[in-house]
Parts: sequence; C-alpha cells; structure tokens
Amino acid sequence: MIWQALSDLWSGFHVAVQPANLFWSFFGVLIGNLIGVLPGMGALSAISMLLPLTYTLHPIPAILMLAGIFYGSQYGGAIGAILLNLPCHPPHAVTCLDGYPMTLQGRAGAALGITMMSSFFAASVGIIVMIFASPLLVAVAFRFGPPELFSIMLLGLLAGATMSRGSPLKGVAMTLIGMLIGVAGTDAINGTQRFTLGITNLDDGVELVALALGMFGVAEFLRNVNRIEAVTVPIKMRLRDMRPSRAEMRQAFLPMLRGTAVGTLFGAMPGTGPTITTFIAYALERRLAKHPERFGHGAIEGVAAPEAASHSKTQVDFIPTMSLGIPGDPVMALILGALLIQNIQPGPQLITEHADLFWSLVASFWIGNVLLILLNVPLIGIWVKLLAVPYRLLFPSALFFIAIGVFCTKNDLFVVWEVLVFGIVGAILVALDFPIAPILLGFVLGPMVEDNFRRALLLSRGDLAVFVQHPISAGFIAASTLLIGARIYLSLRGAGQRLVRPPP
Amino acid sequence: MRSVELKDLLGGLLMLVLGIGMATQASHYEIGSLRRMGPGFFPLALGVILAGTGGLILLSAFRAPLAAARAQFRPEWRGWICILVGLAAFALLGRHAGLLPATFATVFIAALGDRQNSILVASITAAAMTLICLIVFWWQLKVPLPLLPWSEG
Repeated sequence: MIWQALSDLWSGFHVAVQPANLFWSFFGVLIGNLIGVLPGMGALSAISMLLPLTYTLHPIPAILMLAGIFYGSQYGGAIGAILLNLPCHPPHAVTCLDGYPMTLQGRAGAALGITMMSSFFAASVGIIVMIFASPLLVAVAFRFGPPELFSIMLLGLLAGATMSRGSPLKGVAMTLIGMLIGVAGTDAINGTQRFTLGITNLDDGVELVALALGMFGVAEFLRNVNRIEAVTVPIKMRLRDMRPSRAEMRQAFLPMLRGTAVGTLFGAMPGTGPTITTFIAYALERRLAKHPERFGHGAIEGVAAPEAASHSKTQVDFIPTMSLGIPGDPVMALILGALLIQNIQPGPQLITEHADLFWSLVASFWIGNVLLILLNVPLIGIWVKLLAVPYRLLFPSALFFIAIGVFCTKNDLFVVWEVLVFGIVGAILVALDFPIAPILLGFVLGPMVEDNFRRALLLSRGDLAVFVQHPISAGFIAASTLLIGARIYLSLRGAGQRLVRPPP
Repeated sequence: MRSVELKDLLGGLLMLVLGIGMATQASHYEIGSLRRMGPGFFPLALGVILAGTGGLILLSAFRAPLAAARAQFRPEWRGWICILVGLAAFALLGRHAGLLPATFATVFIAALGDRQNSILVASITAAAMTLICLIVFWWQLKVPLPLLPWSEG
C-alpha cells in the first residue's frame, strides 16, 4: 500500500510539473501570497474572487491554483501580523502577540525567517500525513453508507459550530442558518420549490460564491470602512536579516514540532477552524514554557508554534475534503464547491477515478511550498511596501472584483443582488457577535446531510435506530454526544471561555 | 444585579423569529413521515431547532456577567450607503448601460464612502479599474456584457 502510494505520488509529480499545471500553481501561490499580505483580505475572499477564473480551466490546473491561493495567502497573512501587528487574518492574530514585539526589538527578520521555516516544515509533515492517511481513510470510507455519512457530517457540523470562537450556541445557530440557506431551491427528490420567495432565479439555489463573497467580502468592507487606520512601514528588510541565529533556531525547534502536531491533530478533526488551532498551539507553548512571562514580549516560540500549526492543519484539512467529500472548514467548503462545479464528486472514489488529480494536487503542495519560500525571500521587500497600500483604495477596487467575479459564476446579474443581501446580513450578524464561518460549512454540507438523512431512513423504513445500529455511525454519534456533553460541562464551569479565548 | 447583554438579546430574538418563520414556511411543503420524508420535513426540523437555539441565546442574555467590556457601536452611514449603492450600481448599470459605466460607477461610488478620498482620487481609482476591466475581463476573459450603452450585447 505504501509503495502504491509512493508510485502514485511519483506520477503525480509528473502531472504537476507539466508547464500548464506548474504555471497555474505558481499563479495561485503568487496571487494568494499577494492578497494574503493585503490588509483586510484573507484566503476566503481570495479564493472566491478567483473561483470564476477556474471555470474556463481544466480541473487539474483549477484545483492546483485554488489550493495554491489557500496556502499562499497563509504565508502572506503572517507578514502583516509580524511587521505591523495587523490581526486582519484571524488565524494569524495570535502571531501578532509575539511577532510584533520581535519587530519592535529589531528582530523582524528572524521572526519572518522562523515563520517560513516552521511553515515549510509543518506543511511537509502535513503532506506526508496526507499521502499515507488518505488511502487508508478511503479504504474505510468505501464502506460508508447513508447512515455513516450522515453521522460523520453531523459530527463535523457540531465541531465547526462549537469549536469556533465565541459562544457555542451562536455557532450552532449560524450552522443552522447556513443549512437553511442551503435548502433554498428545487428539492432534489420531488422537485418542490423551497424558500425561493417566488423568484425563478433562486430555483437552482443560492450561489455558493455569492454567499461567500457577501459574508466574507462585502460584510468585511461594511465593518472596516473608515475604521482601518493607514499604516506606515518603518522597516527595511534585507535578505541577510532573515536568517535566525543558531540560539533562536534551537529555541524554536521543539515548539515547531509541537505546533505541527497540534495542527495535524486538529486538521484531521472535521469542523475545527484554523483560528482555534493556532490559539491552542500558542496556549500549549505558554503552558509548557519555563518562563511563561516571556510570552507577549517577543518569544520566538510564540511565533513558531502557531505558524507551524496553521500550515500543517491546512494540508491535513485536504484529507477529509478529498477522500470523504466532507470539508473541514469554510475554505475547504469553497474548494469542494469548485470541484463540484468541475463535475468532480469528491469522496472515496475520487482517489481511484481521478488519481491524476489527487496525486498531482499532493505533488503541487510540495512544489507550491518550495515556490513560496523562493518567492517570499526575495520579494519580502515588495510585500512590505504592499502593506502600505491604503485601504481606502483597496476596498473599492476589491468591490469591483467581487461584482464581476460573481457575475461570471452564472453570467447573470441577479447574483450581484445576492451578494448585496448576504453582505448586509453578514454585517448584521457580525455586529451581533455571531461567528459567520459556520454558515458556509452549513450551506455546503446541509444538502448532503438532508440527502443522506432521507436515504438512511428510507432504507431503514423510518427507524431512527439505524444511526446507532451501524457500528461506524454509532461511533460518530457517540463522539458528537461527547462533544456536546463536554461543551455543556465546560460552559457550566465557565472554563470553556478561558480555553478558547486568546491569552492576554 | 445582573446586566442584560443587548447583543445576545437582539441576536437571540432574531434567531427565534427566523426559526419560527422558516418552520412556518416549511410546514406549507409536504412533510411526509420518517419513513418517506417530504420536502418540508428537513427545513421544518431545522427551523424548530433554530428557534430553540434562539430561545437559549435569548435566555443567556440575562445571565451575562456584569461589567463585561462592551464595544461602542458607531454607525458609519456614509461608508455603508456608498458600498451598497456601489454594488447595486454594478447590477443596474451592467444591465442597462454596459460593463465600462458599471465598473466606473461601482469603484467611484464605493471610494467616496471613505472620508479621506476626494472626488479626484475616487475618479482616478475608478478609471484605473475600468482600464483593468477592459483589458482583463472584456478583452481576455470575454465577459458577456455589452461594453458601452450603444454597443451590441
């Protein structure tokens, strides 16, 4: 099995280095990196804006490009956090805590250097896990029927709802809202128009890209307009500064390993967001440190661990998405949506039916990560200058990209109105302290949950016990119950908040 | 003395109303039975759970710890209106006038939402984006929208 995986990987490399594929991978990484650096823009907006571009591409370059945007934007996000204390990318917010003090002490180069090393190391571990775990998971997943699929999606949704930041109740509410939005359109089984408000444009349901761009693009602009201060960049970066000293390397080595482990673990669990992962990696380091008071004042461990966690999670996240068809977080939900648009159904059969796609994606991860290191080192000066692009010019231009991008999804101006509505809804929900990431997860998983729920009960003649009679399904149900129980216990003790809240 | 968390109060109420509304709408579709579910079953169940969750959020609003730091809510009408009108302008002008006017209007109106942008800055940004739009989206990607009011769609 291992040899099989390695030889598949080898042929994957062959596909990934074909000029067209290599070009789109590079393009994705570059654009992702660029957008990730820009304040107020994250992986989600970058992927949704460029999603329409993939409609004209073949599936392989399309997916390589989108994946490249994803991890490219993560490299970019860390730069703003370290140099300017800009927590605009939630997963990197925790990097600000020690990264920015390091900048103030004149150790910005070392912080960036260690970030890149941790990222590359963690991504490589994540890729290796993906190579060996995916075929194993697929072997199990082939035995999944509707009850198992329903139960594992339930677990994923619950984890996504309760493990995001803030109140778990609000997370659950948002997941439900997402699922209800997913219901809109023509019912797949008997063709009833549901929640279409009599608008024929909604017969095919709500457009995924419109939802994502409204909630994560327009709503962000509405929240930030006239509130983001212009930043000045005082730092000059040189290549020479980017090499951390030997003492710093030694200090960061174990935290890097532990961060990678945390990220791998959380990546494998469906539903856990990237932000919570980095916060836990940081909290763990502080707990283990001999001198926890150093944290917050430029401890290099506080940079290495969360960045490693974020990158290993990114790679491991692809495992459930590609092999089960169950996305672990909103970005994965978008990538899943992109696969569906290309008429590729993610799931256990993906690795066998589209082996070239799967293995070239894995291969491109490595190529992309090498490209990112090569890009980031010489281009760091340009990225630093980009950070100074004022938000007041950025958001009107981005608004245009959103409008034209979403138009291209269906060549229909109606979806622009959808973006407008979701932008307002998203802004209201954020103002009321609701986490909006679970909405996207609920939206993508909702129809699959309904489908499998209906099928499972059709097969069992309406007997709900079917979900606990199948052993695998029973395991997922037990895990879900445990998750809810733990959350209730923690919130009664008041400790739940302390666990997920960023350390001061 | 307990304080009431206004955000949770409003949020819980909103979810309660939405849940009841969705459930009511779903109950107009065929519900069916567990053995053979109709199209209304699943949304009805989701709506009921949502209403329940909303109720719990509403209750938790009354148990908020005292003196929790609350962010001041400042309305930002100029920014909000300009962004939303800018987006709406794209949908309207895209249909009735063409791609270039739509692009210019969207960027121009949205840019005016920021207090530091002058009309000149907004015009320059909008013109630059219009140029990018012409090259990338019309010429390269061949977006199927008429370019100008008088050009054939």
